[in-house]
Amino acid sequence: MRGGRIIGLHLGLIAVLFALNFLLPAYSHGTVARVMVLATYAMGYNILFGYTGLLSLGHAMFFAAGMYGLAMPMTHLGLGAGPALLTGIGAAAVLSLGVGLLALRTRGVAFMIVTLMFAQAAWLTILLAGRWTRGDEGVVIPQADRVLLGLDLSDPQTRYLAALALFSAVLFGTLWLVRQPMGRVLVAIRENEDRAELLGYDTFRHKLGAVVLSGTVSGAAGAAYGLFFGYAGASFAETHYSIFPLLWVLLGGAGTVIGPFLGTLFMFYLIDLASGLTPAYMLIAGVALVLLTLFAPQGLAGEIRRRWWRGLP
Amino acid sequence: MEFGPHLMLAVLEGAVTAAVLALMASGLSLVFGVMRVVNVAHGQFFMLGAVLAWAVSSAVSSALGGGAFGFVAAVLLAPVIAGALAVAADLTVLKRVGYDPERTIVATIGLLYILQQAALMTYGPEARPVAPPFNDRLALPWVAFGPEGPRLIWPWGLSITSYKLFVMGAAAAVLAGLWALMTRTGIGLVMRATQLDRETAQAFGIPVERVYAGVFGLGAALAALAGVLIVPIQQAHYLMGGDALLLSFIVVIIGGLGSLGGTVIAALLIGLSDGIVSVFFSPTLAKILATLLVALVLVFRPEGLRGKAAR
Repeated sequence: MRGGRIIGLHLGLIAVLFALNFLLPAYSHGTVARVMVLATYAMGYNILFGYTGLLSLGHAMFFAAGMYGLAMPMTHLGLGAGPALLTGIGAAAVLSLGVGLLALRTRGVAFMIVTLMFAQAAWLTILLAGRWTRGDEGVVIPQADRVLLGLDLSDPQTRYLAALALFSAVLFGTLWLVRQPMGRVLVAIRENEDRAELLGYDTFRHKLGAVVLSGTVSGAAGAAYGLFFGYAGASFAETHYSIFPLLWVLLGGAGTVIGPFLGTLFMFYLIDLASGLTPAYMLIAGVALVLLTLFAPQGLAGEIRRRWWRGLP
Repeated sequence: MEFGPHLMLAVLEGAVTAAVLALMASGLSLVFGVMRVVNVAHGQFFMLGAVLAWAVSSAVSSALGGGAFGFVAAVLLAPVIAGALAVAADLTVLKRVGYDPERTIVATIGLLYILQQAALMTYGPEARPVAPPFNDRLALPWVAFGPEGPRLIWPWGLSITSYKLFVMGAAAAVLAGLWALMTRTGIGLVMRATQLDRETAQAFGIPVERVYAGVFGLGAALAALAGVLIVPIQQAHYLMGGDALLLSFIVVIIGGLGSLGGTVIAALLIGLSDGIVSVFFSPTLAKILATLLVALVLVFRPEGLRGKAAR
């Protein structure tokens, strides 16, 4: 069976991450849980950037929509964790639909700048609504509220497994999507949009679908991040957080299922290491972006695909 | 102060912003016009200009002992250094990605962080001022209509400094020079030929890659000059490039990407309205409205207010 090795690889990754839950020391245990949630964000970004070929510079607004869509009803309306998770994901879905309808009227560089501008407006809106969002300071979600289906998410073990569950769901969701007709049309749009259109595909609707899916997954990651780590702050809506998924995906390999995780893992540890040495740790991100653009536009998993495993999805 | 004088003060403050913004945005517009790439690191060259102005002027002042020498040296040196850095970045990075629009954006985002963080490591997180070469306060009159007809009054607080007037004049002079360079000289002709059709220009023996490197350097030098001019009014800080980049984007998009005349008009429009709006409304709200406006202009009228539709 052709798909056997592929499914084996991804199941293997999940198994390793599951085993690590019992093996990792406390600090790395927390870090890997964070990396899995952020890798989910990167996978969401990858649907649009890697598979559809649309470079967004504003995904932080979807991440933040999920985060604030969860945190605001919890702090101000006393909503429970489960319904709040849904409002977070819903907020991201609605926002991505609106942004997609407008931004997809542009192409190429204009698309990047439009998404950048919308994200900037979203970040400023969070600051403007400081009465409720408390701006840069952010809101803390109390430990007592962070209980989902009877599971206490402030407990490190539970949190790690919840992050793993979210990560696995999106990993296999992406794997499934790219083998569906929808996923194949997205790749066709990436490779040559005019040809895909000529073949009779409604490219606008497919691209809109990709924006909404990508934004919703990013929002789910944002909502989960807020719930798991108990905090929502405006810094997550800043431009940094739009550049990060681009960096992670470029490093791991755009248009690969496993790449976003690899990129997030490496970059998170690298930046974590650098921030212990200097306050100018974002220098690493800058150097990595330039070097990747120059020498390895395919990323890690892209290189693996080019050299050894042509069928890697 | 009454409404009238208050408004005039806002207009004057806005005109200073507009002057600096026009310089900076014309650099961004020039790079986009000729090279068809968006330089996301443009704001960092503005920051570099301001930081270098502080470094140069404090070095010169300690050597020569105060006076206006420091500022003059900064005006001359900072744009040259920033321009040389930009040429180096063009030759080592942008040339090698073949000026592909999307890869150039990613590479210049990398450049943005490299310059910004390098400034943090060397210059530090503090905001530092540079003394203006001259700073006389000029009071301005206002016409009041009393029962005995119109008369001139001198409202308290309605004034401008000579340095701010100098900034407006300097920006206008540099922009006029840029316009003359583009339309009246051989260098401008070569740049316009490259802008019009890269391949044909190359076929006619124009060294396109050197033109690109020069244009990228010139664009960065304009941003740096804007940074030098603003630093006696605002202090130099390593994060000042972000807002500046956003405002220049707004100006260049509203004015039409690559159109110099449109850029200057849009800079006046945005600079003045930014001055007026921030005096009367919350600056955050003003910024939100401006960014949304720009996004919508790009969506519904991508050629801008004066630019021509893309071929």
